[in-house]
Amino acid sequence: MTDYIRLKKGLDLPIAGSPDPVIKKDVISDVIAIKPTDFKGLVPRLLVKEGDAVLVGSPIFCSKVDPRIQFTSPVSGTVAEVVRGEKRKLLEIRITNDKQQTAVRFEAPAAEKATREQVRDLLLQSGLWACLKQRPYGILAKPEDEPKAIFVSGFNSAPLAADLDFVAKEELQAIQAGINALNKLTTGGVHLGLHQSNHASTPLHKLDNVKIHVFSGPHPSGNVGIQIHHVAPIQKGEVVWTVGLHQLIFIGRLFLNGACDFSQLVAVTGPRANKPAYVKAVVGMPMQAIADQATADAEGLQAGCPVRFISGNVLTGTNVGANGFLSFFDNQVTLITEGNYYEMFGWAKPFRCKKFSFSRSYFSWLTPKKQYAMDSNLNGGERAFVLSGYYEKVLPMHIYPVYLLKAILAGNIDKMEMFGIYEVIEEDLALCEYICPSKIEVQDIVSKGIDMMIKEMA
Amino acid sequence: MGLRQLTDKIKPTFSKGGKLGFLHSTFDAFESFLFVPNTVTHKGSHVRDCNDLKRVMIMVVIALVPAFLFGIYNIGYQHNLAFGGEMSFGAMVWYGFLKILPLYLVSYIVGLGIEFISAQIQGHEVNEGYLVSGMLIPLIVPVDVPLWMLAIAVAFAVIIGKEVFGGTGMNIWNPALLARAFLFFSYPSKMSGDYVWVAGLSNGGAVDGFSGATPMVHAQANGLEGLNQAGTSLCDLVCGLIPGAVGETSVIAILIGAIILIWTGVASWKIMLSSVIGALAVGFLCNALATDATPYLQMPAYYHLLLGGFAFGTVFMATDPVTSAQTETGKWIYGFLIGALTVVVRLFNPGYMEGMMLAILLMNTFAPLIDHYVISSSLKRRAKKVKIA
Repeated sequence: MTDYIRLKKGLDLPIAGSPDPVIKKDVISDVIAIKPTDFKGLVPRLLVKEGDAVLVGSPIFCSKVDPRIQFTSPVSGTVAEVVRGEKRKLLEIRITNDKQQTAVRFEAPAAEKATREQVRDLLLQSGLWACLKQRPYGILAKPEDEPKAIFVSGFNSAPLAADLDFVAKEELQAIQAGINALNKLTTGGVHLGLHQSNHASTPLHKLDNVKIHVFSGPHPSGNVGIQIHHVAPIQKGEVVWTVGLHQLIFIGRLFLNGACDFSQLVAVTGPRANKPAYVKAVVGMPMQAIADQATADAEGLQAGCPVRFISGNVLTGTNVGANGFLSFFDNQVTLITEGNYYEMFGWAKPFRCKKFSFSRSYFSWLTPKKQYAMDSNLNGGERAFVLSGYYEKVLPMHIYPVYLLKAILAGNIDKMEMFGIYEVIEEDLALCEYICPSKIEVQDIVSKGIDMMIKEMA
Repeated sequence: MGLRQLTDKIKPTFSKGGKLGFLHSTFDAFESFLFVPNTVTHKGSHVRDCNDLKRVMIMVVIALVPAFLFGIYNIGYQHNLAFGGEMSFGAMVWYGFLKILPLYLVSYIVGLGIEFISAQIQGHEVNEGYLVSGMLIPLIVPVDVPLWMLAIAVAFAVIIGKEVFGGTGMNIWNPALLARAFLFFSYPSKMSGDYVWVAGLSNGGAVDGFSGATPMVHAQANGLEGLNQAGTSLCDLVCGLIPGAVGETSVIAILIGAIILIWTGVASWKIMLSSVIGALAVGFLCNALATDATPYLQMPAYYHLLLGGFAFGTVFMATDPVTSAQTETGKWIYGFLIGALTVVVRLFNPGYMEGMMLAILLMNTFAPLIDHYVISSSLKRRAKKVKIA
């Protein structure tokens, strides 16, 4: 069963540094970290102390609210350090890697034959429950919920994102097992979004037990939130779960092998990446391991500026720094220039050949094929909302983004509901933030709105 | 880069805690005018579009340049016509320039001065919104407006029209139009009549037969016949060699601006088009109802698009993104009503000859209401659809 959904609005960011489909190396690092801060809304309770020995799949911390939800180690070794921040907030648990990858064995039933409870309990025990995100709000799924459906996006349209066809090529069996398992958790079925450009050629179209939806159009068509909006819009009280395709592989492997295997292909990308390509690494990989891929080459105004290490893509990722670690949900690293330079009369120059603009007030529309070495300069100062109808150009949803943001700023829960807070998470409005001439922190506002909703509903 | 080094050198003096720390907003404004700041992204998207509000505003200013240049020439041309002089092209332009310069000086010094002071008091960055308002105001006033009146009007528009609401982006009414409305209602004798539209005419001494009356006056008195008697052809109205407010006479110059605004996406073509449709709709309706006793109603509807401030208002005022309707359907309704109301005021209210200003200000007031109904009906429709699915 396939249906076609045509989306037009959006923008494929023309940023330089998309990854070549080759695996450059195996990253086997001495230390990795898992970060409770990767999980929105989580209050963690630590289950280990420094010096404890752990295996792949040993619990490290759990949710204080629901201790059944555990978070497990992606490597075997010893807990090296527990990093805390202000008010003793748990930031990172660093684990020294013994490089043996000895894993905890789980009793895994065959995915097709398992019951709902078996699937749920295995996922909770193994720590892979953390891969499931709940919509609305993009927070951890609750084990007692039965979601309306489970959505997986089969293509990643974000800037320079890892090519999921390439990632999935060798892992089809695991993906199929993962889908079979997830099917037990919902009566609404597992939905897979594919892109029109390759929906017939991708290995993913061979999968069974899924409802395939084919989308066209630029980013954010690959965002699972956009796909849900067009297939099964979320109403108040409804719950939908989502899981990243690259994490579905973890779930599948668990059911196939009875053990966790957190290794994945990570795309090292961006204008400051030497030769953008893939590396094989585990969840929580340190940025130091790929620091050799960052180049010192930067031209013009960017010359001499340092590199920003982003876990994830340039729109939604986290600036983790050169000594940071890959976040749990990410399979991409983007290296861009830290744009802390002044540009004389920048806004007044008729041409700015090195910069891209979505608007026609510059001339980058004349060179649609050109790729830009984008940097982190804000390119202006923060102002009030001025232009209208602008965000809508990059948001293929039937919502009023500016009204939603204003409702959040005003703290009006009713209006937030009305304008679709249940249907969006930060990443869906990331492009609005990118194009905004008033430089409004759109994702931050959405995040605050979601926090308000969670508090209100609790 | 010498300028950069100089800026860096004096920066500590103007920073908080420095000797002139109380001027930090002013310093920031000048610095960010000269240099795109070195601010980097902290939250959210790591890269940002190179388009900022300064660029958006400067695009509007560029779009206004044709009307501005033509306005300069037309001031000289009308003056020459009125006094039967033999001025060369250069002399006319120079005369116009000398006349318009004080208007701009007053507009920008007073307006920006207030913006700087209020930014300073509130500790904000100076907003660039006044770049556009300051450019607009001199173009919609009579050339001979006394400068002190202009200064008061500008102050009123910036303080009451904008700053009390929280600055650019928060205002309800278009500040430039508010300045004109203030002038119009506070000093009606200086803002209407036949003498104010041509430079130097209020002192008398014009050649015989030159009244200085705008074509609108003739049209109102006698419709198309009136225009013909005054010797104003359709071509004059399109080109703009007629008496009127400084920048509003030439439809051609305004259309060039319209193309720039639509192309860069700063202004909404929907508002412009629907305003034209609204004006024509009412115009045609009145044509159909007109009798010989009402020559103004008989005037072909499309003349309304060329007369007075209609073109200028439609292109530059009605489309102000802050004060216009925000929803796409709302923009159609908002524009249509502006066009329609303009012609209604023109035809049926002889007290205020120029309906454009009032129509836009009125619709500014109602724009949020239009949006409200557009949104609630759209949400209702969507809720129904989802329920069925």
